[in-house]
Amino acid sequence: MMADTASDTSVLSARELTRHYSVSRGLFKPHARVQALNGVSFELQAGKTLAVVGESGCGKSTLARALTLIEQPSSGSLQIAGQEVAGANKAQRQQLRRDVQMVFQNPYASLNPRQKIGDQLAEPLLINTPLSRLERRDRVQAMMQQVGLRPEHYQRYPHMFSGGQRQRVALARAMMLNPKVLVADEPTSALDVSIQAQVLNLFMDLQEQFNTAYVFISHNLSVVRHVADNVLVMYLGRPVEMGPKALIYARPLHPYTQALLSATPTIHPDPHRPKIRIVGELPNPLAPPSGCAFHQRCPYATKRCSVEQPQLRLLDARQVACHHAERING
Amino acid sequence: MSLLDINNLSVRFGDANAVPVVDGLDLSVDKGEVLAIVGESGSGKSVTMLALMGLIDPPGVVSADSLQFDGTDMLRLKGRQRRRIVGKDLAMIFQDPMTALNPSYTVGFQIEEVLRQHLQLSAKAARRRALQLLERVEIPAAESRLDAYPHQLSGGMSQRVAIAMAIAAEPKLLIADEPTTALDVTIQAQIMALLLDLQREQDMGLVLITHDLAVVAETAQRVCVMYAGQAVEVGAVPGLFEAPAHPYTEALLKAIPEHSLGARRLTTLPGIVPGRYDRPHGCLLAPRCPYAQSNCQTQRPALEPQVRGAVRCFYPLNQEVA
Repeated sequence: MMADTASDTSVLSARELTRHYSVSRGLFKPHARVQALNGVSFELQAGKTLAVVGESGCGKSTLARALTLIEQPSSGSLQIAGQEVAGANKAQRQQLRRDVQMVFQNPYASLNPRQKIGDQLAEPLLINTPLSRLERRDRVQAMMQQVGLRPEHYQRYPHMFSGGQRQRVALARAMMLNPKVLVADEPTSALDVSIQAQVLNLFMDLQEQFNTAYVFISHNLSVVRHVADNVLVMYLGRPVEMGPKALIYARPLHPYTQALLSATPTIHPDPHRPKIRIVGELPNPLAPPSGCAFHQRCPYATKRCSVEQPQLRLLDARQVACHHAERING
Repeated sequence: MSLLDINNLSVRFGDANAVPVVDGLDLSVDKGEVLAIVGESGSGKSVTMLALMGLIDPPGVVSADSLQFDGTDMLRLKGRQRRRIVGKDLAMIFQDPMTALNPSYTVGFQIEEVLRQHLQLSAKAARRRALQLLERVEIPAAESRLDAYPHQLSGGMSQRVAIAMAIAAEPKLLIADEPTTALDVTIQAQIMALLLDLQREQDMGLVLITHDLAVVAETAQRVCVMYAGQAVEVGAVPGLFEAPAHPYTEALLKAIPEHSLGARRLTTLPGIVPGRYDRPHGCLLAPRCPYAQSNCQTQRPALEPQVRGAVRCFYPLNQEVA
């Protein structure tokens, strides 16, 4: 294994992770810059789940791509199992890629339609381990049993499975190399409620068994409430609130978190609790508003919010990026 | 009399032996009522409403004892007569607003088309009314949006335009098929609030097709739960949520993470919805049902009226709390 630079038990540690894209606006205009991800920092311990929530365009998927080494961050530091990602040599990067695996939203698109399930599950072993064909087969069969697939499924193709089963296959494939971190990008949003419950249970069981750290990306706050230990709420590429799940759900401090929670429908609606309705839509990421990115939609915004960008600060045992958090929450 | 009265509706794709996608469905909607149809993928909730609109093409076969809408039997209508009703008194909003709008025409043109066709407005009057409609659905800078093409609008804005088109001729019944599924949470809340405002304002019947029970709990007055093409439970909100009578309704409610707050595992219904080749002989839920008895495996229960609605089960739950 690589030398341990971080002394803590974090398997994943991000500091000021930033990713900017430059976008062409046409032949005679200068390129525009989209700040898809801006100053995201967190620590994640083995066996714990960090949920990243936010709406389209908030940078959740960009974060996933940076964490899984699909894309290089523009700046900031990322450590996986103590190993700094930037500046790692080829052999180190290969090891890092084994340590971080990913499950995507649409299992039909993320599985190869022309390859048998068994072969797809064996492929990570074929590439990364010196195991023999028989040993690989045994490992695949064991994992298939673990995720609730039957032995005869080994010879089948993805189109012969239902959506829930395909997501089981995708999850099995991600777990084949026993990764330290699993990044799941909206893994249940394409599934029906009853199937979603089955797959969520599988996620929880596997985490318990392998002590894997999860980064769970979702827009569904009721799913997040079930799986998460810590919650990171993002808006337009920036973290707005981050802290332990119980605190955030019991008493959200950022107006955006409050709006998100209030907008989420519930099966036992309380007619006496007024709904916070925020107006407008996400601003154009090519021309983000000055100051706080949320100020145009925020019911509490003052002049200061349109000028000065709020930084994350510690308040009530969690981090929040709002100038008026104390005033709002009295 | 109800605004909409569906009696014994069945929809099949293929010959008479094909497995029905919708199987003997009875449903009614009153004027000014919000009815939700919930169910998982393939339960037949969308097909039911497509059949009502006359949008099922061969090899799809629609049969029913009657499909009464506002005193007209929709089943017996031919093209021209049907087109006079659909889009005017009976309008629909679809899940994906991006594909529901025609990409080649401006938003204004598409709304005006409805007004010219159904209300015979002049071009000038239609444009004036289209502007009012865009303002009514809370589109900012409505005047400039009239000349926008659908690709220039966000998902939420496109759905607002689709709603404006649907309500342009002040329909008596509006069918919304997963109207907010493709949208973000805060936008979803805005669109649902808008739909309910419009429904109250125009005293429309509203049929809300959705898979999201939480949305139902917050918006509907009555709900019909569908499973594998059949209505398994019909009941009022919130009664059905507090005391579900059908095991499938109970299982759906229990599968929502919100139900198991604090628990590590969720309660699940084992297995999946039966396909066309493994359709059970008895109750369609029997292979997955934790309460199934031996007669559930062999006999099909009928949808029986009960105190708080109707349920299709030999052993309905929560009967003591009547």
